[in-house]
Amino acid sequence: MAEFVRLDSSTSRHTMDKSITLPPDEIFRNLENAKRFAIDIGGSLTKLAYYSTVQHKVAKVRSFDKATKEAASDKLYEISVQEEVTARLHFIKFENAYIETCLDFIKDHLVNTETKVIKATGGGAHKFKELIERKLGLKVDKEDEMTCLIKGCNFVLRNIPHEAFVYAKHADSEFRFQTTQPDIFPYLLVNIGSGVSIVKVESEDKFERIGGSSIGGGTFWGLGALLTKTKRFDELLQLASKGQHTSVDMLVKDIYGGSYGSLGLTGDLIASSFGKSATADKEFSKEDMAKSLLHMISNDIGQLACLYAKLHNLSRVYFGGFFIRGHPVTMHTITYSINFFTKGEVQALFLRHEGYLGAIGAFLKGAEEDNPNQYSWGENYAGSSGLMSVSPDMNPMQRARSGTFDMLEMDRLERQLVNLPLLQDPSSYIPDTMDLTEDALAREYWLYCFEEALDGVVKRAVASQPDMPEAAERAEKFRQKYRHKLQTLRHQPFAYGSLTVRSLLDTREHCLNEFNFPDPYSKIKQNENDIALKYYQKAVKSLEELSWEERQFALVRGVLAGNVFDWGAKAVSDVLESDPEFGFEQAKRQLEERPWLVDSYDQWLERLRGPPHKCALFFVDNSGVDIILGVIPFVRELLSRGTEVVLASNSGPALNDVTNGELQILTERIAAMDPVIQAGLREDRLTLVQSGSSSPCLDLSRLDKVLAQVVRERQTDLVIIEGMGRAIHTNYYAMLSCESLKMAVIKNSWLADRLGGKLFSVVFKYEVPAGKPSQGSAAVTPS
Amino acid sequence: MAFNGHQREDEGIDEDETPTKQPRSEKEMPGCFKTEPHNEASASAGRSTSERRTSNSTMRHRADSVKKTRPPFPWFGMDIGGTLVKLVYFEPKDITAEEEQEEVENLKSIRRYLTSNTAYGKTGIRDVHLELQDLTLCGRTGNLHFIRFPTHDLPAFLQMGRNKHFSSLHTTLCATGGGAYKFESDFRTMADLQLHKLDELDCLIRGVLYIDSVMSSGPSECYYFENPTDPDHCVQKPYTLENPYPLLLVNIGSGVSILAVYSESNYKRVTGTSLGGGTFLGLCCLLTGCSTFEEALEMASQGESTRVDKLVRDIYGGDYERFGLPGWAVASSFGNMMSKEKRESVSKEDLARATLVTITNNIGSITRMCALNENIERVVFVGNFLRVNTLSMKLLAYAMDYWSKGQLKALFLRHEGYFGAVGALLELLHPS
Repeated sequence: MAEFVRLDSSTSRHTMDKSITLPPDEIFRNLENAKRFAIDIGGSLTKLAYYSTVQHKVAKVRSFDKATKEAASDKLYEISVQEEVTARLHFIKFENAYIETCLDFIKDHLVNTETKVIKATGGGAHKFKELIERKLGLKVDKEDEMTCLIKGCNFVLRNIPHEAFVYAKHADSEFRFQTTQPDIFPYLLVNIGSGVSIVKVESEDKFERIGGSSIGGGTFWGLGALLTKTKRFDELLQLASKGQHTSVDMLVKDIYGGSYGSLGLTGDLIASSFGKSATADKEFSKEDMAKSLLHMISNDIGQLACLYAKLHNLSRVYFGGFFIRGHPVTMHTITYSINFFTKGEVQALFLRHEGYLGAIGAFLKGAEEDNPNQYSWGENYAGSSGLMSVSPDMNPMQRARSGTFDMLEMDRLERQLVNLPLLQDPSSYIPDTMDLTEDALAREYWLYCFEEALDGVVKRAVASQPDMPEAAERAEKFRQKYRHKLQTLRHQPFAYGSLTVRSLLDTREHCLNEFNFPDPYSKIKQNENDIALKYYQKAVKSLEELSWEERQFALVRGVLAGNVFDWGAKAVSDVLESDPEFGFEQAKRQLEERPWLVDSYDQWLERLRGPPHKCALFFVDNSGVDIILGVIPFVRELLSRGTEVVLASNSGPALNDVTNGELQILTERIAAMDPVIQAGLREDRLTLVQSGSSSPCLDLSRLDKVLAQVVRERQTDLVIIEGMGRAIHTNYYAMLSCESLKMAVIKNSWLADRLGGKLFSVVFKYEVPAGKPSQGSAAVTPS
Repeated sequence: MAFNGHQREDEGIDEDETPTKQPRSEKEMPGCFKTEPHNEASASAGRSTSERRTSNSTMRHRADSVKKTRPPFPWFGMDIGGTLVKLVYFEPKDITAEEEQEEVENLKSIRRYLTSNTAYGKTGIRDVHLELQDLTLCGRTGNLHFIRFPTHDLPAFLQMGRNKHFSSLHTTLCATGGGAYKFESDFRTMADLQLHKLDELDCLIRGVLYIDSVMSSGPSECYYFENPTDPDHCVQKPYTLENPYPLLLVNIGSGVSILAVYSESNYKRVTGTSLGGGTFLGLCCLLTGCSTFEEALEMASQGESTRVDKLVRDIYGGDYERFGLPGWAVASSFGNMMSKEKRESVSKEDLARATLVTITNNIGSITRMCALNENIERVVFVGNFLRVNTLSMKLLAYAMDYWSKGQLKALFLRHEGYFGAVGALLELLHPS
């Protein structure tokens, strides 16, 4: 149902002279290139969506031409920073009172004149139609509200990990974010506007309003206003949160004196809403009546939702609409009701970007020719303001102010992202090992850790662009932005979904990109790669001299020692910076002696005595020693055994991780010196693919579609994941449907402590899925 | 029940002698709900049974066993709900002169008080139109009276019981409803009465089935509305509730319970809602300042809910065709009250009407979903919310018919709110 538009003449006059609290150019970003607008005007909030392009710098690596190679330095490859244009979706939410100011601002900054139409939805769209057309000179094109809502809902569920959450008022963390489901359909959307619409969504284009109720947000507001003489919705909620419904409602114990045992109805259950107010000679407090009303409506909606979910056999039920919209009070009562009526079988799910659904959907309707659904999109943590604090004790007025301008930015990803086909159960896969939203101690440590590391990152960012005098200024802006994000997360750990080490790392990458530091480690990586490459042949030769069994162990130690070289870890970057001589051999000495902290090396060795694997997928980690002296020799051995190898590396830069671009050049160089690698490449038994990620961590549910295809085609039967970011911070507990090997050195003493080890403890985790004999891959023998 | 016999031994006087001489067939025993034609004849002709009374002394032995299980007068069944106390009283009309003589004064006084008045105190009311005459119960013939008073006047009732020395009769008072539990100690301390507590849903179902069975002649207990979606041709029609299972029984008291009934003894409570009669009255009192159900209903009958509610057409200008929603459907109950101007322009009557419509439609909506989930096509609505409330009944009939496209039938029973009390009385006479 349409939201009710409240535009008391008094309030609109009053709010008209409010000035925008943030500089508008920090809100309506990239407006110069904006094209395609959509607007969703609800009862109190307006949501504006536009599509824009962002020009930003990307680091590219390029092999020197053979002809010019001699002329240039002895560097391996050339690093260049190029301008790249990417697509970005901007969503901005503000109070209706600002509409006019905002439209003026947009008009002034709208350079692109090709735009002729603005898609509009929401109950208020027709009220402001004339204003929008006059101010912007765009034709308002109205779209069906429910269609927009569903389209928006599908979009966020598909593209934003941790979009949906369960609300638990009394838990350590109020929000429990849900993992992205590989298949988002079917689901039930219960939209609580002034009335309630219950919609069953079966696919992108197939949805049906299966029911609804007239008892909704409008009933709470309308009846609440009559009962309490309180006009504002927020104030009514505030009243409700302070009230005691038991003085107004007739409880089971008011009738029974206690519980109704034979039916399992507890005494505190409401038998009759407002049952005690059936008297003329008693006064009731506003708070108590508001609370009773809230319970009545929430319970009723929850009950109907459950009945519909049961009838249509649906277990995923999302709640949205202005009644819910981030209000902890209503989320709590709805959750309670759903739990009660389904005995916990169905969970009430809420959406982080619930308020944007209509605007997103309207935008998508207008952009159908661009086919935005064929791309994957990712939330840009740098540009999005995240979920606002919803602490129930907070004053509604404060809330309104702090949430005056909310932003969501989504970047169009170059690649379409899908699940790794080898996940044992994609629907229960959680990439992150630790949820910092729930683990307060861990949260404190990591926030501190990232704050501490900030100086170093800033320093390195500046150093990476020595030719740019304003780099220092930009780096400073980066520092402020990221520090602000860290502070926000300290108070609202749930602002961007579950807080994890991965999300902290990703946020930092987004912020660096925001200020045009696309790859602060490019030079360091280049140097390390150069140095490591010089030792390659020597390293391979010494390995070849070993007996088979000695070699297998040396190869594993090589990968582990190589992995010690990691600028991302604080303990290591300190050592590396103070002692550049820290070498490969030293790193090996640094390694923990067997038995390691997690040690299934014996099983691995036993497995190697058996037939070779058909194909190994190797998620690599760092540049330099790690990839060149650790990983490649290991890969070489696999190739020699007759196992095909797929090397998966990052699509974009993250810390000192080797990128796909860099790895292409490196393998070419190695192939030139090493016939085994050369043959592997030539015969297509060694393949390089990009992961689709630009993160130091690894989310196996969001990988490049091409990678997934290769994995399937090659009948991959071994997955190797290397490094702390990919194998410990993430995927430590990931269950795969084939054999897997997780190798990492713990380069953080706090984490080592957590896992019961010490600094430089080794994790060597070889796993065979239950039910599969460890040599089950013997079916395919090398040709 | 063991303590019936026990009481009789204590009493020492067999005040209920005569009826025990009556030969009685098993079929006349309460609890055999499907009354055979033969029984009806005997039930409606009290005199003929007294003639038969002496004719067969060989039945003496069996009659003794009936007498043994038959409790002493007075026979009451009580249902103490959240808002109302419902009392059914069986007035024996086949009292012999001998009996009359032996009847203790207290019992006589209670009988006279109850049967010669239609109102008790300020708030007690006897629903004369519901009275069942010439009913045969447990071998006795008489009239069944239906009395109600507000639960908050229970202390006055207990005081009366005390004044009338009710406890001296050593009768068992079978009571159901939450109040049987809540006020058990009050009964004991204030009136020296021991309650026999019974489950309200058991009693409800027993009562419904019994009343329906004894009403198969005369005015039909069960009825429905023909042409519910056409206000001009919507008329009340009798309905025979033979072969009633499965049925959905919706009891609308202060709150609402929804039961799926598969047989007399096999039923489950599907769900319930706290938005019931108590909510209607509670909200009406707050919104209009009224204080009784009758007042609230009277106001509702004169109001216009569309001034209060926001309809689909208020939002979409007409039907919302995309979703098959007619323009007249309520989109948001009380939705117009979000606006200050509209709040100031509605009358108390409008508000009462909107409250009634909101509560009724919501019950209809939940009921319909339960019927679908349980795969039941027949719905029987009972409970005192429907008393003198044709408005709600027609709304329910309409809602069931319209939204189910004629699949669901809404049925109503004349004795609306008294079934729990009847069930309690039956338990007294024929413990299950």
